[in-house]
Amino acid sequence: MTSNNDFVSLTDVSKHFGSVVAVDHLSFTISRGEFFSLLGPSGCGKTTLLRMLAGFESPTTGEIYIDGAPMSEVPPHHRPTNMVFQNYAIFPHLNVRANLAYGLRYDKIEKAEVGRRVEEALEMVKLPGFGNRRSNELSGGERQRVALARALIKRPKVLLLDEPLGALDKKLREEMQLELRALQESVGITFIFVTHDQEEALTLSTRIAVMTRGKALQVASPKDLYNHPVSVEVADFIGQMNFVEAQVMDVRNGEAVLDATGLGKITAPASSDFVQKGANIIVAIRPEKLILSAERRSDGLGAVQCTIKTSAYLGDRDHFYVSVDGCEKPFAVAIAETGANSDQSLDRQSIVWLSWADESLILLPRD
Amino acid sequence: MTEVAYIDRPSRALYFYAILYLGFLYIPVLFLPMFSFNDNIYIAFPLKGFTTKWYMEMFNNQPMWAALNNSFNVACVSAAIATLLGLFGAKAVTRYRIPGEKPIIFVIMLPMVVPYIIMGVALLILITQLGFDLSLYTVTMAHVLISVPFAMATLISRFEGFDQALEEASTDLGASPLSTFWRVTLPLVFPGVLASFLLCFTISFDEFIMAYFLAGTDPTLPIFIWSQLRFPLRLPGVLALGSLILVVSFVVVFFSQWLRSYRVEKTQPGI
Ligand SMILES: Nc1ncnc2c1ncn2[C@@H]1O[C@H](COP(=O)(O)OP(=O)(O)OP(=O)(O)O)[C@@H](O)[C@H]1O
Ligand SMILES: [Mg+2]
Repeated sequence: MTSNNDFVSLTDVSKHFGSVVAVDHLSFTISRGEFFSLLGPSGCGKTTLLRMLAGFESPTTGEIYIDGAPMSEVPPHHRPTNMVFQNYAIFPHLNVRANLAYGLRYDKIEKAEVGRRVEEALEMVKLPGFGNRRSNELSGGERQRVALARALIKRPKVLLLDEPLGALDKKLREEMQLELRALQESVGITFIFVTHDQEEALTLSTRIAVMTRGKALQVASPKDLYNHPVSVEVADFIGQMNFVEAQVMDVRNGEAVLDATGLGKITAPASSDFVQKGANIIVAIRPEKLILSAERRSDGLGAVQCTIKTSAYLGDRDHFYVSVDGCEKPFAVAIAETGANSDQSLDRQSIVWLSWADESLILLPRD
Repeated sequence: MTEVAYIDRPSRALYFYAILYLGFLYIPVLFLPMFSFNDNIYIAFPLKGFTTKWYMEMFNNQPMWAALNNSFNVACVSAAIATLLGLFGAKAVTRYRIPGEKPIIFVIMLPMVVPYIIMGVALLILITQLGFDLSLYTVTMAHVLISVPFAMATLISRFEGFDQALEEASTDLGASPLSTFWRVTLPLVFPGVLASFLLCFTISFDEFIMAYFLAGTDPTLPIFIWSQLRFPLRLPGVLALGSLILVVSFVVVFFSQWLRSYRVEKTQPGI
């Protein structure tokens, strides 16, 4: 037994397929009861990592521990994990009831108890009365629930989910996200969830590992990822972000004075070691942290003059793209449709002011 | 104006061709049942009266029944062995990465194209050199050899038709590899197994050349029929038997083709 913080632990895990490095020296831990997501673009090694956890692939280097036990010598059918496959993999020759009961045979469970558990599981995924159907008689969302129930009925220590919502349309997907989260909270099983949809990961997870090219760039809670990304790559992948290059002129009392392209002399909170006098760094700011106003604001915010190029209406907010002298790329500014932030006097082509609070600036190392 | 798309419009020339083709294929075969009911010892036109006496005679022909029994046994055993080998072979080829896979498949498929007379002679030399007696066992062995490629071809297409994730899901749920084979793999490829068995059965049942070289004193049915051709008196009885076999073969082949295509699409997990 281990403490709850390193319920699942990866130490230096890599996987090579010939010359392809699918997973590259990953080390992190997952706590008991977490909803942990692996997020990254296509081909970054998410499925490969999940398959190593399930035991279908063995790591080239490193070791995976689940609940303190090393997994390298444990075959898939003896692992305390169960998986929800991307295409669900529901046995086509068996009906839903037999699919759910399939794995219980190996847990030495009495017949009456099996029947009871199957009904309970069907109830849990809101499919009572579906026991006699075959997989070709189910909709995509129903299949997904059957796959989920078939894995959960085994009461695994860790549930692995490989983009289980990928095949569903947007509406059903959002419904299932809520159900999935509620389910996870009620059963208390540790979920490891693969997705390439950052919104989905942010909505569902307690923590997220952002991956590219087999590496974990950052492992953090959704809030931390959003507000404190550690690199340009992470910042760019999670939500939308404006970047400007800057040089550090001075660092004092946790504050950096910077010379930023187009923005001029600005100050920003500095906590990392790479922010040193003379260093070239990147300043990042979220679109919704920028403010547009017709007049220069008198509340001491950083400000610069700009012109509005284009705008895009996104339903709940407007996106303005504004250009600042000296900056190549326009800044994206998000303005809530009827929020306090909105300023009806904003006029295209006229010169307006772009302002920000110093605390909302994020300093990132240059790659 | 017509509602049928151009490509779907019936073509007169094509119909004519199809009828000609089917006629060419089946009219000669139809002579067999026709003469088997003809009340004449000689196989010649004009037809005389209708009779079933050749069928009666056939039922009383003891050596013929023995030959039929031999053929049936050889066909059953060789089809079972070939299908079993084909099953393992197809699983290996489709499920594992084997070094030298392509050459291995080539060698397994080779008997499909090597003339049976060559293989028959080769096996005869081999078996006599090894000092084995010729018997129905040697015939069975030869039939396994020529049936395996057909079994493999039938089963590989079946294996490729279903998702490997199903087998992984089974092990993930706690089933050992053996248990997975019984509970998932076999049920899903079973129509292919049946089709393969029936195909191999018919291959063995009517195979003449190798059986002729390799059979000892017990003849298989094709050998027996061939030996009867020298006796005109026995010929109508052979025709009667031939007609019966024809009917049975039609049914078997039709059934196996139907099985082969049966619900392949439904055994795949849809998205
Ligand atoms: N069996 C294999 N043989 C060779 N290369 C493989 C194999 N499996 C995966 N790869 C490679 O490893 C890399 C990671 O693949 P993986 O399937 O883990 O990506 P992923 O993050 O799940 O992508 P996606 O979001 O598209 O599913 C890819 O470059 C892929 O081509
Ligand atoms: Mg994947």
